[in-house]
Amino acid sequence: MNELPQQLVNGLLLGSMYGLVAIGYTMVYGIVQLINFAHGEIFMTGAFGALTVWLWLPGGTSMWIALPLMIIGAVIVAVAIAVGAERFAYRPLRNAPRLAPLITAIGLSLALQQAVWAWYPEAKSARTFPQIAGGPFEIGSVTIQTGDIFLVVAAPISMAVLAWFVMKTRTGRGMQATAQDPDTAKLMGVNTDRIIVIAFALGAAFAAVGAVAYGLKYGEINFRMGFILGLKAFTAAVLGGIGNIYGAMIGGVVLGVAETLATAYIADIPGMDKFGSQSWADVWAFVLLILVLLFRPQGLLGERVADRA
Amino acid sequence: MRQRSLIAITAALAAGALTLTACGSRDSGDKGSDSGNGGGSTVVIGVDSPLTGDLSAMGLGIKNSADLAVQKANKQKFVKGVTFKIEALDDQAQPSAGQQNASKLVSEQEVLGVVGPLNSSVAESMQKVFDDAKLVEVSPANTGPALTQGQDWQNKKVRPYKAYFRTATTDAIQGPFAAQYVFNTAKKKKVFVIDDKKTYGSGLAATFTEEFKKLGGKVVGTEHINPDAKDFSAVATKVKNSGAQVVYYGGEYPQAGPLSKQIKAAGAKIPLVGGDGIKDDTFMKLAGAEATGDLATSVGAPVEDLPSAKQFVSDYKAAGYKEDYSAYGGYAYDSAWAIIEAVKKVVDANGGKLPSDARAKVTEAMQNVSFDGVTGKVSFDEYGDATNKQLTVYAVKNGAWVPVKSGTYTG
Repeated sequence: MNELPQQLVNGLLLGSMYGLVAIGYTMVYGIVQLINFAHGEIFMTGAFGALTVWLWLPGGTSMWIALPLMIIGAVIVAVAIAVGAERFAYRPLRNAPRLAPLITAIGLSLALQQAVWAWYPEAKSARTFPQIAGGPFEIGSVTIQTGDIFLVVAAPISMAVLAWFVMKTRTGRGMQATAQDPDTAKLMGVNTDRIIVIAFALGAAFAAVGAVAYGLKYGEINFRMGFILGLKAFTAAVLGGIGNIYGAMIGGVVLGVAETLATAYIADIPGMDKFGSQSWADVWAFVLLILVLLFRPQGLLGERVADRA
Repeated sequence: MRQRSLIAITAALAAGALTLTACGSRDSGDKGSDSGNGGGSTVVIGVDSPLTGDLSAMGLGIKNSADLAVQKANKQKFVKGVTFKIEALDDQAQPSAGQQNASKLVSEQEVLGVVGPLNSSVAESMQKVFDDAKLVEVSPANTGPALTQGQDWQNKKVRPYKAYFRTATTDAIQGPFAAQYVFNTAKKKKVFVIDDKKTYGSGLAATFTEEFKKLGGKVVGTEHINPDAKDFSAVATKVKNSGAQVVYYGGEYPQAGPLSKQIKAAGAKIPLVGGDGIKDDTFMKLAGAEATGDLATSVGAPVEDLPSAKQFVSDYKAAGYKEDYSAYGGYAYDSAWAIIEAVKKVVDANGGKLPSDARAKVTEAMQNVSFDGVTGKVSFDEYGDATNKQLTVYAVKNGAWVPVKSGTYTG
């Protein structure tokens, strides 16, 4: 049986999740040139926000009612933490040398991990996440899991909403202006402080949607889940061209598909069977990143500066 | 250009952050609870296991069970004039943290023995530290054959460290035992072998594969997964298309659970078989309802069925520990008790007092310890391995591990 379609779908799903998280890195970077290393942890707190809502709902609540509430819970928690981080950790350092906010971000990342570890009930090991009932869907030779349906639906909708927001609304155009030149934008009457807060909040909201998708896909969440995923999403953002929101999504998908195909096919190349297992997939993904950056240092879509937001 | 170099610096910092989180060690602050034996001397039994993180369910079971043994010894005044205490340290399943803990325990004079660790890879980083200090270490859970029989254990057995003992049986027995069950009893001839590349997982997968091939079975595919990963969909698709009748996984439950779930979700309704590292209730939580029929081998007879273990199970419940005793509770209890027995021998031989070179004496005495423990007769062979070679196959049924076959491996 030909497994290529299935592997492509596997990669596409994984990549969509990277993309949802990568948007947060790319938006914040596009506007304040800060790599928000705490973003992976904001993703993680979003997942715990959703779990809290689920635990708070009466047992046996239908997923159709619970899921929207869980998304809202996840978004509220993630946005609150992101906005709080911006206000108390990053804004005081707005005009400090670049490395200062970067170190702050790493510190914040560790602090958030440890806070969830210490204070969320039973978060010291993995906690199970509710699942959508119902069997997997078969389309030809491709199987899509029930939990993945959410990702299939949520990722394109999120992207469309974001594109509409950035291109069509006043605030979105304010973001583009701030990304191009914060000082001039300020002179033109754009409230840049507000724009920056909105960038953090939007990034956190997409990470929260990604976090719910993560929980539904893997059935468990833990306090360290944001670390590796955050690194991968950051890689996806760089791959797609950091600062470019479409680039983040495309970078995510390319990275996800590359990892999956490396797992599936590298071992079949004669002489490469030692380098083909899943534990080598990350290596191949980063080889791809290096190759792309060698020939296109600005990333896959990096040149569309006008779209930066 | 500035932005480019910023990204480079960021990447370097990210790598740094990765190492830092891996090294962080937390002291649990949990000390033994009983100290009712005023006067006399205090002997501390160190406990090293993952008390936090993915493997904490097993690690906390080890800590509590060792604590139970110590409390019992104190209550019975098992060694006159000696009060036992435990000092539990968290290794987070990381060799680096384990080695730091080992150095810390060595530096404390009252520590005369250590129970732990859980992971063979952590044990590798600790053995030399303990051996140099002649501090005895008894692991309830390590199954890597090389730990007691040297790197070249298949050809020439050489015991590398005199201070290392274990109450668990080795992969050299567990892997083949699983292969015999899968091939002879479950009648599965085609297997897909997956491991996590850690000392425990790859060792188990290798010994399983060797025996399975010898029996005439066919390995239709192999795969190595990354222990940090959660997405195994690509691997699951490969398993489905390989036509395997069974998957053997060498590794632990944090990956085995999602792996089993994703393999079944991909459409391959075949059982996943693993070693004692997956025999934890968390496995079912992670693997979901489809896990029914998955198998695990574990060392010893089922703790619940042994008459010697009934007392342990009821004492454990009575002590009111928050966490379950998990897969290695009985072995941890026996490990702690072996240390207590050895201390007793040393104290008795020295006229009721601890000698000045107590550590070396306790290590020496350990070789001849023999008693009826929770898991059966506890004694050690010339390599420091348990002489008890009993194993049991468990299957998932109604969300619980149910013993299906118990036996002694004869080779």
